[in-house]
Amino acid sequence: MVVTPALMIWKALMCTTGSELPVVVVLSGSMEPGFKRGDILFLHASKDPIHAGEIIVFNVDGEDISIVHRVVKVHERKDTAKLDVLTKRIAYYHDQLWLQERHIMGRAVGFLPYVGSFTIIMTEKPVIKQ
Amino acid sequence: MHSFWYRANALLTFAVTILALMCAMASITDHLNVPQPQADVQVSNINWFRKQPNGNDEVSLTLTISADLQSTFTWNTKQVFVFLAAEYETPKNSLNQVSLWDGIIPSKDQAKFSIQTTNKYRFIDQGSNLRGKEFNLTLHWHVMPKTGRMFADKIVMPGFGLPQEYR
Repeated sequence: MVVTPALMIWKALMCTTGSELPVVVVLSGSMEPGFKRGDILFLHASKDPIHAGEIIVFNVDGEDISIVHRVVKVHERKDTAKLDVLTKRIAYYHDQLWLQERHIMGRAVGFLPYVGSFTIIMTEKPVIKQ
Repeated sequence: MHSFWYRANALLTFAVTILALMCAMASITDHLNVPQPQADVQVSNINWFRKQPNGNDEVSLTLTISADLQSTFTWNTKQVFVFLAAEYETPKNSLNQVSLWDGIIPSKDQAKFSIQTTNKYRFIDQGSNLRGKEFNLTLHWHVMPKTGRMFADKIVMPGFGLPQEYR
């Protein structure tokens, strides 16, 4: 009874946002006090180039986990775009982690607080999943 | 069909749906707000300007940043994230944006401010293009709501330049 409307909403979101991953749950506390663990972010994957200040969701090569951070530096080539992402405190592995457009799933355009906590609880405590 | 778990499931789904609708309605009220922000930035001093061993230019600036963003706050605003970016063009890149400073404004009364600071983040070019470079300083702000859609806007302040020689 719940699964069908949930699936419909999910597919509709995928169509309207143009992203494979239209909704993301914030898993880490690195974006506080803006976003807390358990918030849900709505993503939009438009063709506009990414600019500084936008909050983007991206996957590092070889990793499955999506990371949410704010863009601090952009160097947009005349042919492709190259980006540098830093949080306010953390730089990855001493060297800065430059991202290309292919790493980025989408940019955050809106959010719902707390709703994602259910997902976190379900994935972290398997007994409740049943 | 009427067991506890089925009913709890139905209740929970209904509650979450109503909550989402209320959040959407709250977010729609944000569209009624018409912000009238003001900002002014001056470069008080160019502290130093050199080329790094890896070939990239770097400059350190002291900035005076004044802004009034009180009109961007609504009842549904959790905080406003504000940052200042240097924007310029180079032969290889059509756009370079380097964030120099950022801050979080947690409430409306703190949204009118004037600070003097050196750049919080390093102003490093991708290459050695900064000598004599003209650039814009753009103050961006992102209004982060308590729930719903985020808004972003900016004020572009052109007319800044770097010296022709390192110092």
